Amino acid sequence: MNAPLLAIGPAPLDLPALVAAVTSRGAETGTDGAIASFIGVVRNHNVGRRVSHLEYEAYEPLALRSFERISTEIAARWPGVRLALHHRIGRIDIGKASVVIAAASAHRGHACAACRYAIERVKQISPIWKREFFEGGDVWIEGATADPDDAQALADAERVACA
Amino acid sequence: MRVTIKLFARLRDITGVAELQRDVTDGATIRDLWRQLAAEFPALDAYERSISSARNADYARMSDVLADGDEIAFLPPVSGG
Repeated sequence: MNAPLLAIGPAPLDLPALVAAVTSRGAETGTDGAIASFIGVVRNHNVGRRVSHLEYEAYEPLALRSFERISTEIAARWPGVRLALHHRIGRIDIGKASVVIAAASAHRGHACAACRYAIERVKQISPIWKREFFEGGDVWIEGATADPDDAQALADAERVACA
Repeated sequence: MRVTIKLFARLRDITGVAELQRDVTDGATIRDLWRQLAAEFPALDAYERSISSARNADYARMSDVLADGDEIAFLPPVSGG
Protein backbone atom coordinates (compact mmCIF):
# COMPACT_ATOMS: atom_id res chain seq x y z
CA MET A 1 0.00 0.00 0.00
CA ASN A 2 1.28 3.43 -0.86
CA ALA A 3 1.84 6.16 1.70
CA PRO A 4 -0.66 9.04 1.49
CA LEU A 5 0.53 11.85 -0.77
CA LEU A 6 -0.06 14.48 1.91
CA ALA A 7 0.35 13.95 5.64
CA ILE A 8 1.24 15.58 8.95
CA GLY A 9 1.98 13.76 12.20
CA PRO A 10 4.57 12.76 14.79
CA ALA A 11 6.06 9.73 13.03
CA PRO A 12 9.61 9.89 11.62
CA LEU A 13 9.61 10.75 7.92
CA ASP A 14 10.38 8.28 5.16
CA LEU A 15 11.37 9.79 1.82
CA PRO A 16 11.44 6.47 -0.11
CA ALA A 17 7.76 5.99 0.77
CA LEU A 18 6.96 9.38 -0.77
CA VAL A 19 8.98 8.61 -3.88
CA ALA A 20 7.06 5.35 -4.23
CA ALA A 21 3.77 7.20 -3.78
CA VAL A 22 4.47 9.70 -6.58
CA THR A 23 5.98 7.18 -9.00
CA SER A 24 3.58 4.24 -8.75
CA ARG A 25 1.31 5.50 -11.51
CA GLY A 26 4.13 6.89 -13.63
CA ALA A 27 6.00 3.59 -13.41
CA GLU A 28 3.05 1.84 -15.04
CA THR A 29 2.71 4.33 -17.85
CA GLY A 30 6.43 5.03 -18.24
CA THR A 31 5.80 8.74 -18.63
CA ASP A 32 8.04 10.04 -15.80
CA GLY A 33 11.39 11.50 -16.72
CA ALA A 34 12.37 12.84 -13.32
CA ILE A 35 11.70 12.60 -9.61
CA ALA A 36 12.95 15.46 -7.46
CA SER A 37 13.01 15.38 -3.68
CA PHE A 38 13.61 17.73 -0.77
CA ILE A 39 14.36 16.97 2.87
CA GLY A 40 14.23 19.75 5.44
CA VAL A 41 16.55 18.92 8.34
CA VAL A 42 16.89 20.35 11.85
CA ARG A 43 20.26 22.12 12.15
CA ASN A 44 22.34 22.82 15.23
CA HIS A 45 22.61 26.60 14.87
CA ASN A 46 20.37 29.56 14.14
CA VAL A 47 21.21 33.30 14.19
CA GLY A 48 24.24 32.64 16.39
CA ARG A 49 22.43 30.35 18.83
CA ARG A 50 23.50 26.76 19.53
CA VAL A 51 20.30 24.81 18.96
CA SER A 52 19.67 21.56 20.88
CA HIS A 53 16.37 20.54 19.22
CA LEU A 54 13.09 21.86 17.83
CA GLU A 55 9.49 21.22 18.78
CA TYR A 56 6.88 21.61 16.05
CA GLU A 57 3.18 22.03 16.48
CA ALA A 58 0.43 22.46 13.91
CA TYR A 59 -3.24 23.12 13.46
CA GLU A 60 -3.41 19.75 11.79
CA PRO A 61 -6.68 19.87 9.83
CA LEU A 62 -5.79 23.25 8.33
CA ALA A 63 -2.18 22.17 7.72
CA LEU A 64 -3.44 19.25 5.66
CA ARG A 65 -5.77 21.59 3.82
CA SER A 66 -2.82 23.91 3.12
CA PHE A 67 -0.90 20.98 1.61
CA GLU A 68 -3.91 20.22 -0.61
CA ARG A 69 -3.96 23.83 -1.70
CA ILE A 70 -0.23 23.77 -2.50
CA SER A 71 -0.70 20.56 -4.47
CA THR A 72 -3.54 22.14 -6.44
CA GLU A 73 -1.44 25.24 -7.16
CA ILE A 74 1.35 23.02 -8.46
CA ALA A 75 -1.03 20.99 -10.65
CA ALA A 76 -2.23 24.24 -12.22
CA ARG A 77 1.25 25.71 -12.71
CA TRP A 78 3.08 22.51 -13.77
CA PRO A 79 0.50 20.16 -15.30
CA GLY A 80 1.30 16.49 -14.89
CA VAL A 81 3.50 16.91 -11.81
CA ARG A 82 2.57 14.60 -8.92
CA LEU A 83 3.49 15.84 -5.45
CA ALA A 84 3.91 14.14 -2.08
CA LEU A 85 4.54 16.19 1.07
CA HIS A 86 4.82 15.02 4.67
CA HIS A 87 5.58 17.27 7.65
CA ARG A 88 6.56 15.98 11.06
CA ILE A 89 5.45 17.53 14.37
CA GLY A 90 6.56 17.10 17.98
CA ARG A 91 10.16 17.04 19.15
CA ILE A 92 12.72 16.68 16.37
CA ASP A 93 16.42 16.31 17.12
CA ILE A 94 19.39 17.76 15.21
CA GLY A 95 19.95 16.05 11.88
CA LYS A 96 16.45 14.60 11.66
CA ALA A 97 13.96 15.50 8.94
CA SER A 98 11.10 17.89 9.67
CA VAL A 99 9.63 17.87 6.16
CA VAL A 100 10.02 15.68 3.07
CA ILE A 101 8.76 16.39 -0.43
CA ALA A 102 8.83 14.37 -3.66
CA ALA A 103 7.70 15.49 -7.11
CA ALA A 104 7.50 13.36 -10.23
CA SER A 105 7.23 14.76 -13.73
CA ALA A 106 7.99 14.03 -17.35
CA HIS A 107 10.58 16.84 -17.15
CA ARG A 108 13.36 17.52 -14.61
CA GLY A 109 12.76 21.25 -14.60
CA HIS A 110 9.16 20.85 -13.57
CA ALA A 111 9.98 18.28 -10.89
CA CYS A 112 12.66 20.52 -9.32
CA ALA A 113 10.52 23.65 -9.58
CA ALA A 114 7.53 21.94 -7.98
CA CYS A 115 9.66 20.74 -5.06
CA ARG A 116 11.07 24.19 -4.41
CA TYR A 117 7.68 25.85 -4.82
CA ALA A 118 6.13 23.41 -2.33
CA ILE A 119 8.61 24.14 0.46
CA GLU A 120 8.38 27.89 -0.11
CA ARG A 121 4.57 27.72 0.16
CA VAL A 122 4.70 25.55 3.29
CA LYS A 123 6.84 28.24 4.92
CA GLN A 124 4.42 30.94 3.77
CA ILE A 125 1.00 29.52 4.55
CA SER A 126 0.95 26.20 6.46
CA PRO A 127 -0.21 26.60 10.09
CA ILE A 128 2.89 24.99 11.60
CA TRP A 129 5.15 26.53 14.25
CA LYS A 130 8.59 25.61 15.47
CA ARG A 131 9.88 26.26 18.97
CA GLU A 132 13.64 26.45 19.09
CA PHE A 133 15.45 25.15 22.17
CA PHE A 134 18.94 26.59 22.42
CA GLU A 135 21.68 27.09 24.97
CA GLY A 136 20.13 29.46 27.48
CA GLY A 137 16.48 29.33 26.53
CA ASP A 138 13.79 28.70 23.99
CA VAL A 139 11.80 30.80 21.54
CA TRP A 140 8.89 30.43 19.15
CA ILE A 141 10.06 31.15 15.63
CA GLU A 142 7.64 33.43 13.78
CA GLY A 143 7.92 33.90 10.03
CA ALA A 144 5.17 34.79 7.59
CA THR A 145 1.58 35.86 8.18
CA ALA A 146 -0.37 32.93 6.74
CA ASP A 147 -2.48 34.25 3.86
CA PRO A 148 -2.89 31.80 0.99
CA ASP A 149 -4.31 34.50 -1.30
CA ASP A 150 -1.41 36.95 -0.82
CA ALA A 151 -0.43 37.67 -4.44
CA GLN A 152 3.04 38.87 -3.49
CA ALA A 153 3.79 35.65 -1.61
CA LEU A 154 2.53 33.55 -4.53
CA ALA A 155 4.73 35.53 -6.93
CA ASP A 156 7.75 35.18 -4.61
CA ALA A 157 7.31 31.39 -4.38
CA GLU A 158 7.02 31.06 -8.14
CA ARG A 159 10.02 33.33 -8.76
CA VAL A 160 12.22 31.30 -6.40
CA ALA A 161 10.97 28.00 -7.84
CA CYS A 162 11.81 29.04 -11.36
CA ALA A 163 15.11 30.84 -10.65
CA MET B 1 -23.98 33.50 20.48
CA ARG B 2 -20.94 31.51 21.44
CA VAL B 3 -17.78 30.59 19.53
CA THR B 4 -14.76 28.41 20.27
CA ILE B 5 -11.29 29.92 19.95
CA LYS B 6 -8.18 27.87 19.28
CA LEU B 7 -4.75 29.31 20.03
CA PHE B 8 -1.34 28.08 18.95
CA ALA B 9 2.35 28.57 19.69
CA ARG B 10 3.08 31.84 21.49
CA LEU B 11 -0.57 32.88 21.53
CA ARG B 12 -1.26 29.82 23.64
CA ASP B 13 1.66 30.69 25.91
CA ILE B 14 0.28 34.21 26.37
CA THR B 15 -3.24 33.10 27.26
CA GLY B 16 -2.24 29.91 29.01
CA VAL B 17 -4.91 27.87 27.19
CA ALA B 18 -5.18 26.15 23.81
CA GLU B 19 -8.92 26.54 23.57
CA LEU B 20 -11.59 28.74 25.09
CA GLN B 21 -15.17 29.83 24.50
CA ARG B 22 -16.42 33.38 24.30
CA ASP B 23 -19.79 35.03 23.74
CA VAL B 24 -19.97 37.51 20.88
CA THR B 25 -22.67 39.87 19.66
CA ASP B 26 -24.60 39.27 16.44
CA GLY B 27 -22.73 40.65 13.45
CA ALA B 28 -19.34 40.50 15.17
CA THR B 29 -16.40 39.72 12.89
CA ILE B 30 -13.33 37.60 13.53
CA ARG B 31 -11.42 40.85 14.06
CA ASP B 32 -13.94 41.94 16.69
CA LEU B 33 -13.37 38.61 18.45
CA TRP B 34 -9.60 39.14 18.25
CA ARG B 35 -9.90 42.60 19.80
CA GLN B 36 -12.15 41.25 22.53
CA LEU B 37 -9.48 38.68 23.32
CA ALA B 38 -6.66 41.24 23.14
CA ALA B 39 -8.53 43.41 25.65
CA GLU B 40 -8.50 40.42 27.97
CA PHE B 41 -4.85 39.52 27.24
CA PRO B 42 -3.02 42.77 26.38
CA ALA B 43 0.16 40.92 25.31
CA LEU B 44 -1.78 39.81 22.22
CA ASP B 45 -1.74 43.41 20.97
CA ALA B 46 1.75 42.85 19.55
CA TYR B 47 0.14 40.52 16.98
CA GLU B 48 -2.49 42.99 15.76
CA ARG B 49 -0.79 43.44 12.37
CA SER B 50 0.60 39.93 11.86
CA ILE B 51 -2.29 37.70 12.94
CA SER B 52 -4.34 35.63 10.53
CA SER B 53 -7.24 33.32 11.16
CA ALA B 54 -9.13 30.20 10.24
CA ARG B 55 -12.79 29.40 10.62
CA ASN B 56 -13.94 25.78 11.02
CA ALA B 57 -10.50 24.58 9.85
CA ASP B 58 -10.37 26.64 6.66
CA TYR B 59 -8.57 29.91 5.96
CA ALA B 60 -10.67 32.95 6.80
CA ARG B 61 -10.55 36.74 6.58
CA MET B 62 -10.47 38.83 9.72
CA SER B 63 -13.49 40.70 8.28
CA ASP B 64 -15.64 37.52 8.12
CA VAL B 65 -18.80 37.66 10.24
CA LEU B 66 -19.05 35.01 12.97
CA ALA B 67 -21.81 32.41 13.24
CA ASP B 68 -22.94 30.61 16.38
CA GLY B 69 -20.79 27.56 17.08
CA ASP B 70 -17.88 28.63 14.86
CA GLU B 71 -14.43 27.33 15.68
CA ILE B 72 -12.03 30.22 15.14
CA ALA B 73 -8.28 29.64 15.14
CA PHE B 74 -5.90 32.57 15.50
CA LEU B 75 -2.63 31.92 13.70
CA PRO B 76 0.54 33.74 14.74
CA PRO B 77 3.11 34.05 11.92
CA VAL B 78 3.94 30.54 10.78
CA SER B 79 7.33 28.82 10.77
CA GLY B 80 6.95 25.37 9.26
CA GLY B 81 9.52 23.68 7.13
